[in-house]
Amino acid sequence: MAGVMTYSNNTALALELLTAAGLMGQEVKALSINNEQQAQELKDAGASVYEVTGEYSAADTNMVAEILKQAAAALGVDIILLSSDRRGKELSGRLAQKLNAGCLTDIKAIQVNGTEIECERNALGGAAIAVQSIKSTKQVLAISPKVFKQAEPAGDGSINNYAVEETISAVSVKEIIPKSTDSVDIADADVLIAVGCGVQTKYNLPAVEAIAQSLGGLVGCSKPVATDWKWFSEERIIGLSGKICSPDAALILGVSGQVQFAVGVRGARVLISINSDENAPINSMADYYMVADLNDVLPQLKDAMS
Amino acid sequence: MIVPYLGGNDEKREAVLKGVRELMKIVVAMKQIPDLQQIRIRDRKPILDGVPLTFGKIDKNALEAAVQIKEAVNGEVVVVSVGNEELEDTIKEALAADADSSVMLIEDDIEKMDSAQTAKVLAELIKQVERYDLVIFGEGSGDNYSGQMGSRVAEILGLPQAGYVTSIEIDGIAAIVKRSLEDQEEILEVKLPAVISVAADLNEPRIPSVSKVLKAGKKPKEIFNLDDLDIEVCEALVATSSSLAPASNRKGIELKSVSELVEVLKSEASGGN
Ligand SMILES: Cc1cc2nc3c(=O)[nH]c(=O)nc-3n(C[C@H](O)[C@H](O)[C@H](O)COP(=O)(O)OP(=O)(O)OC[C@H]3O[C@@H](n4cnc5c(N)ncnc54)[C@H](O)[C@@H]3O)c2cc1C
Repeated sequence: MAGVMTYSNNTALALELLTAAGLMGQEVKALSINNEQQAQELKDAGASVYEVTGEYSAADTNMVAEILKQAAAALGVDIILLSSDRRGKELSGRLAQKLNAGCLTDIKAIQVNGTEIECERNALGGAAIAVQSIKSTKQVLAISPKVFKQAEPAGDGSINNYAVEETISAVSVKEIIPKSTDSVDIADADVLIAVGCGVQTKYNLPAVEAIAQSLGGLVGCSKPVATDWKWFSEERIIGLSGKICSPDAALILGVSGQVQFAVGVRGARVLISINSDENAPINSMADYYMVADLNDVLPQLKDAMS
Repeated sequence: MIVPYLGGNDEKREAVLKGVRELMKIVVAMKQIPDLQQIRIRDRKPILDGVPLTFGKIDKNALEAAVQIKEAVNGEVVVVSVGNEELEDTIKEALAADADSSVMLIEDDIEKMDSAQTAKVLAELIKQVERYDLVIFGEGSGDNYSGQMGSRVAEILGLPQAGYVTSIEIDGIAAIVKRSLEDQEEILEVKLPAVISVAADLNEPRIPSVSKVLKAGKKPKEIFNLDDLDIEVCEALVATSSSLAPASNRKGIELKSVSELVEVLKSEASGGN
């Protein structure tokens, strides 16, 4: 039986892929490109690591896909697991096309039935969950962050050096600008407070923060609140193009509940919504909803909770 | 300093050097999708009958990006799309928003094609556009959002690519783009011709005036069907066994006062105790 190869340039995600690969009942080979520390961490998690070093630019999707294609052929693997972060998603289509492989991205769950790998992903903008599998021999599967736990340290790992043919790049990096990253991850929140456009003014945020604090929760937001209003970093976005959260409780403030948002909180055990519009879609998917103006409710709630 | 457009291939470059003013040709690939706001769910099944078709929101960002480049460097925007018989109507949205012409492939049951099949057809359609410099996609379609198309088409066309792009400038024979990743931004120089996928919200798509909407139908169009194109479309590589809305059994209790709300928060939102 052919094997499974994993690759992500993000080490945390590469470790998650090892866990996913473990489900497939096949030999697992972990590829690592120009990242000695990652190779070591994957080895410590018990993986057979193949480390590629050379003049490769991670920014050149074609080049990375070419390395993966060559490695897959040399290592005799049919299934390639990638991370479905931005880098991984861009890579997956290019690699799949090189291999004439079927490809699924943003995979939220995997079920292995014998030789078939059934994957769940959102469809119709999140309105539905599709169960899909790939029919071609070669398969490229890009798995969403945090679907699997990172592989724990284990024995029996190894690092092998692996050489590939160099290719010419038509993409050059002129500058890299780090983004300031959050120290918290809303995907880990037990209690999640979601700020939507209905919060209306920044003057309401201190009350939201105070309520979050009294509930021991983290504050996330709908997409326009981060991308248009810039109240929060994009890491705080809940939903299809942000974080999928499954908190114990979610308090949703002034979010209409379009599908792309709703997929991000569907996993909450309890969903509570406050919205001035009785017919907002979010109310029909809530356990508790309150029809009210947040400008009135937030100060009162803050006082009552403190 | 930004150098003006100098041509996306050798032929055009030579012409420019001889003093000929070449048009920059930008292809935008757009996907016809059902209007997601209008999909209803019955027995967990999404009901698509009667739902109007439109272009995805991010595809409209891609078009706007193309039109802004054309306005900056003297160019031309061609919309390329694969869809069903209603596409001729849908495409007018793009032509009204300042695309100059369109190339379409129209087939029934086109929505059943998977990414690999669509990529093949789309690449073939793009080849019908002579001497293009840049192909622009959205980061993902509005319905499936799988984000494969730009990458697959770049591979078929043998072009360099950059995804999740939030700004594009043309500099001589290259595009200078900003790629926005989770933890960093990259400024990249990508040699033309190239494929670029833009991130959602990189711009605010223009709303066409009524007179532009009326004139959209008169812009040049080319329509193909599968038999016209000399390609073999392989079998679908991906099978879908079900596509259902998730089951939900929420309580739906209305809270009438802040004190009821506080009650609920204290009992339900404190670690589930
Ligand atoms: C491909 C794609 C991906 C997307 N991904 C995401 C995503 O990951 N996350 C996301 O959030 N969105 C996403 N979107 C956008 C999504 O479709 C919605 O536009 C967005 O979720 C709307 O945000 P909102 O509910 O905060 O704002 P609105 O839709 O404007 O809703 C505001 C709500 O607040 C209520 N309100 C107004 N005033 C008050 C008040 N004073 N008191 C109480 N309530 C009030 C209104 O009744 C309304 O229900 C995506 C869209 C696309 C096309």
